[in-house]
Amino acid sequence: MTVGLFIPCYVDQFYPQAGIATLQLLEKLGVDVVYPSRQTCCGQPMANSGFSHLTQECDDLITENFAGFDYVVVPSGSCALHIKDHLHSEKHPDDAKILRTRVYELVEFMTDILKVKDLKARFPHKVGVHQSCHGLRGLHLSQMSELVAPPFSKPEQLLNMVEGIELISLNRVDECCGFGGTFCVAEEAVSSKMGKDRVADHIHNGAEYITGADLSCLMHMEGILRRQKSNVKVMHIAEILNSL
Amino acid sequence: MKDHAALSEEFNIDEPRVNWHDETLWFIRQKRDRMAHGIPEWEWLRETASQIKNNVLSNLSAYLEQFEINALANGITVHWAADAKEHNEIIHSILKKHQVERMVKSKSMLTEECHLNDYLTENGIEVIDSDLGERIVQLGKEHPSHIVLPCIHKKKEEIGELFHKYLGTAEGESDPQVLTEAARQHLRDTFLTRRVALTGVNFAVAETGEFVVCTNEGNADMGVHLSEVHIASMGIEKIIPERKHLGVFLRLLTRSATGQPITTYSSHFKSPRPGQEMHIVLVDNGRSRQLGREDFRNSLKCIRCGSCMNTCPVYRRSGGHSYHSVISGPIGSILAPNLDMKEFADLPFASTLCGSCSNVCPVKIDIHDQLYKWRQVLVKEGYVSNVKSVSIKTMTWVLSFPALFAFAGKSGRWVMKTLPFLVNNKLNPWYKSREMPVPPKESFREWYAKNRGSK
Repeated sequence: MTVGLFIPCYVDQFYPQAGIATLQLLEKLGVDVVYPSRQTCCGQPMANSGFSHLTQECDDLITENFAGFDYVVVPSGSCALHIKDHLHSEKHPDDAKILRTRVYELVEFMTDILKVKDLKARFPHKVGVHQSCHGLRGLHLSQMSELVAPPFSKPEQLLNMVEGIELISLNRVDECCGFGGTFCVAEEAVSSKMGKDRVADHIHNGAEYITGADLSCLMHMEGILRRQKSNVKVMHIAEILNSL
Repeated sequence: MKDHAALSEEFNIDEPRVNWHDETLWFIRQKRDRMAHGIPEWEWLRETASQIKNNVLSNLSAYLEQFEINALANGITVHWAADAKEHNEIIHSILKKHQVERMVKSKSMLTEECHLNDYLTENGIEVIDSDLGERIVQLGKEHPSHIVLPCIHKKKEEIGELFHKYLGTAEGESDPQVLTEAARQHLRDTFLTRRVALTGVNFAVAETGEFVVCTNEGNADMGVHLSEVHIASMGIEKIIPERKHLGVFLRLLTRSATGQPITTYSSHFKSPRPGQEMHIVLVDNGRSRQLGREDFRNSLKCIRCGSCMNTCPVYRRSGGHSYHSVISGPIGSILAPNLDMKEFADLPFASTLCGSCSNVCPVKIDIHDQLYKWRQVLVKEGYVSNVKSVSIKTMTWVLSFPALFAFAGKSGRWVMKTLPFLVNNKLNPWYKSREMPVPPKESFREWYAKNRGSK
């Protein structure tokens, strides 16, 4: 099985450690991983701002870089969802269509495709799980609190394999952190307030770390935590699952 | 005119008040959750309601005509209004015919949409809203901030001040029971002296020609039963095919709205009592146009429960008035651009696209997907360049990301078209309350090239 690794643009630039952890984790699980070097961005910042008609170049690049892999794995629910829902390529329409069905966010790839049952990882800390909206309501990584349906959580299923970890519970299990892509600047006041409230819930319930499958949310919360000079840290789920 | 971002910024100046507003509405979301979880077949009910409404939208004209035939046979006078203006003129003509200058009204978001109160006031007719929340915002010369909870933005102390000023309660009185009693006495007089009562419509049944009005206060019934003329205003999308379908919608409506099993009153009006006149005004006002927009037509499934507002993390922290539209919150943001793309171009951007709205919606409107789709439409139609909060701020922020910049620079148009000056970090709203991530020594790309070689 050969997997193409898609590292979102902001992860590449600001959180390389999450990309490295994703790569090492997949390699440990016996997967042959390739990182095509000409990849850029999934195009979501543009599309969510209403400029989806200008993402053709992005879409073509993704299609050219990732056609032919058995799977494409992305350590970001939001980018994975965007590719699944919106990837179109006029140059390579068939490749794009197939690619959309082969894109997986890291957590769901581990639980649903690799069917990981145990991990050698140790992280003796109190950890709060942030459900990113796109991972939750778009990819169904966990059950959504609004629905009358049996609960499950793929991120927690994996985190519970980590030795020493203590997952805290939250007052609001799946409220948005307010990042929202360009929303975080276009609607600065509400976005910041949402971020402050989300972080406060984790702190109130004793988290030392906030983790999740989407670094965009974590980046937002980190920005707030650091401004508040808090000791609470954010960490991508791949880093916890890869920690020893 | 200020856009949603600017109005939200004002709302957020008083953070404790934002916390109060957020907690108040979250409490209602939690009540809704408890009620929904008490019904094992909840998701089936939502799906059924959605399918009934899809059927209605696909056969709207036929059901409306069926309703008209049956309503006429029941003795109801049926009027058709193409827009708000026609609606208001019809109401006015009925009042003129009866030489009436005072009218009592129970809650109707449609009459808010048509700005009926203003129109009638200009024509010398006094309107008193009899729904307690609506009466409060009317006394405060405001508009409802929420379709089900019109004065949810007001604290009881502020309501006490209004009642002291207008209804003669003691100064500083803020006990809800005392204030409610004062409102009851005041409205009792109104009910007894008004000859015309106007109500909204929650559901109109094509099969029987009857309509149903749901209230908790019984104010619609009080007004109607004591009046000589009952006028009901109804958006054409409120039609349902058969009476039995109420068994689906009435179970969903109030559980979703306020977390009650059902409204205190679900009043069926089928024919006028002897000596009474009953009118129903069927209003289009842009609904046919929305029906013709394939991506947005199912917004017309809405039964006006307000659950999308209660769950919306943005609404809870920006307040209903920040949407500067009669219907606020997520559903308002997908309905308003249909009425005026220019005026409401900012609203589809007043969302993180978190999707919670679509999940609580009792008729399964894909609200957050429609928000995304409206953004594409508004950009293409050229309305977004004027929404400063979206264009310049976004550009500034995107350019602060080197990788995106590298890409955007190559792809060109999107960025260069909108950004005439170089990025200045002081202009980046991110920094106002958040630190920027610290750039690491090397990017993932660089690390990979060094450690895995170029595969």
